[in-house]
Amino acid sequence: MNIAIEELLQKLAISVIDGKHLEAVELTKQLLALNHTPKEILDNGLLAGMNVVGQRFRDNIIFVPQVLISARAMKFSLAILEPLLADSNIPAIGTVIMGTVKGDIHDIGKNIVSMMLRGNGFKVVDIGIDASHEKFIDAVKKENAQIVGMSALLTTTMLYMKAVIEKLKGEKLPVKIMIGGAPVSKAFADQIGADAYGKNASEAVRLAREFVDQENNN
Amino acid sequence: MNNILSTLKSKKVLLCDGAMGTELQRRGLKVGDCPEEYNLSNSKMIQGIHKDYFDAGSDIVETNTFGANRLRLKFYDLKNRVEEINLAAVNNAMEVRPKDKFIAGSIGPLGELLEPLGNITENYAYDIFSEQAKILEEGGVDFILVETMMAIEEAVIAVKAVVENTFLPVAVSMTFELGKTGLKTPWGVDVQTAVTELTKAGTDIIGSNCGKGFDEMIQVIAEMRKLTTKPILAQSNAGIPELAGGNLYYKESPEIIASKVQELLTSGVNILGGCCGTTPLHIKKMREVLDLFLSNII
Ligand code: B12
Repeated sequence: MNIAIEELLQKLAISVIDGKHLEAVELTKQLLALNHTPKEILDNGLLAGMNVVGQRFRDNIIFVPQVLISARAMKFSLAILEPLLADSNIPAIGTVIMGTVKGDIHDIGKNIVSMMLRGNGFKVVDIGIDASHEKFIDAVKKENAQIVGMSALLTTTMLYMKAVIEKLKGEKLPVKIMIGGAPVSKAFADQIGADAYGKNASEAVRLAREFVDQENNN
Repeated sequence: MNNILSTLKSKKVLLCDGAMGTELQRRGLKVGDCPEEYNLSNSKMIQGIHKDYFDAGSDIVETNTFGANRLRLKFYDLKNRVEEINLAAVNNAMEVRPKDKFIAGSIGPLGELLEPLGNITENYAYDIFSEQAKILEEGGVDFILVETMMAIEEAVIAVKAVVENTFLPVAVSMTFELGKTGLKTPWGVDVQTAVTELTKAGTDIIGSNCGKGFDEMIQVIAEMRKLTTKPILAQSNAGIPELAGGNLYYKESPEIIASKVQELLTSGVNILGGCCGTTPLHIKKMREVLDLFLSNII
């Protein structure tokens, strides 16, 4: 890879880490002007930066405000890339319904997951916070979605995921369900009949890809 | 009516209540229900909880108003009932209060982010906190307890709103967690910053609540005691909830916490109580330990 481009990508990652959204936009434009592909800008710039942010948050080096500022920088840059990613005539590799479950208003993590999925070629329909099972089911039907992603940050609301899963199964909708959020675990996912648990946004992408691959193999 | 601050001076340690939220869940609050609305539609349940805490030995109970501010009630389409809900909450505590016991008006975080991270301006936040504090004062609480704060800006605005708009004493508590870089709130505020800024904002009592359990709480209080001569409040969670058989349960039982309560007391706590997962049984145990402590037996 061209050294200038590599340097720019690294700067873009740093602008995400530092939460400098104007700089992120500027660098994204520069990279596009150099004919660099949106996909690579995303992977080696934005997502590389966001992974560092996630790691630092887990290590208590940075805290919620910094995560939010980084997410904003990523969002601004992604707004430029998204139409291009969609434009390149590649159909979405799958449709995901994402939401934070009823009673819960935490959406920082869910938004990051949605961004990463979009960045990786999925169509994401974000039904927001405080989402009831009706909302999930309506969205799955309307969008003909293959995947449902649920987020919960409260131990009280994570139990609601079980209700959503039961209703989805009751409707016999052929969706794969992944869940996440700080109090959620693999064991909990198994217990309530979810198809998978994702620890972070990169995991969410890996899982969504697996779901689609499984479906294609069937 | 005794003033909470002078009573603290003479008695040194008072016992507050345990959890409201998890106690409501235990008694039937459903996911998605507004806990503060129960002050109106389920006043007997709320009074029952207050009564159980007083019976267990609490000197202070907190009103069921943690989320009864305009912004959070809006989430349940109840934003026009701020006054009604807060007044009913104070009344529910008064109905069962024994003579000489105290009522703290609980004020929790706004539930939305302040500028520049979110859309809430400083002035708007100030107005929301002032509104709730004034109603709680009108209802007749003895002091205001601003609790579970994570952002220092928001905590400072809340304390100032109470100081500048009511005649009540004010207590404030933040939630700390022990991470790789020490004790900090999820917003990254350390104990030193909390003490400095909240003292400057005019708080009378300072403390810590929620969090991961008694062991971390002991560390927070020990650190805080070195930094202030003000009365300190500690309301710990009963550990982190775990799932067992489809139900949540908190590991730190009344028996387990007894020795930890003792440690908290020697660390210099002046108001002791519990947060998520603590029950009237935890408070009863705290009362026993506290009584021994106060009579210099331990
Ligand atoms: C920010 C925050 C808030 C903000 C939320 C702002 C917003 N717009 O989201 C505000 C201040 C509004 C808030 C309110 C409350 N909060 Co809060 N909050 C937090 C905090 C500090 C950080 C959460 C966060 O955003 N983390 C950062 C993101 C990036 O991480 P994440 O969400 O885990 O997401 C990652 C992964 O989990 C995963 N993931 C997430 N979702 C999904 C979904 C799928 C499908 C997959 C695969 C992966 C995945 O990927 C993400 C990216 O890597 C936590 C404490 C903490 N340190 O975690 C408390 C915390 C979650 N809150 C808590 C509580 C109690 C509350 C309140 C009830 C009371 C209060 N303290 O005010 C209210 C709840 C209101 C409601 N009904 O929901 C408790 C929950 C306790 C419990 N276990 O039940 C916590 C743990 C704090 C504590 N120690 O007490 N909170």
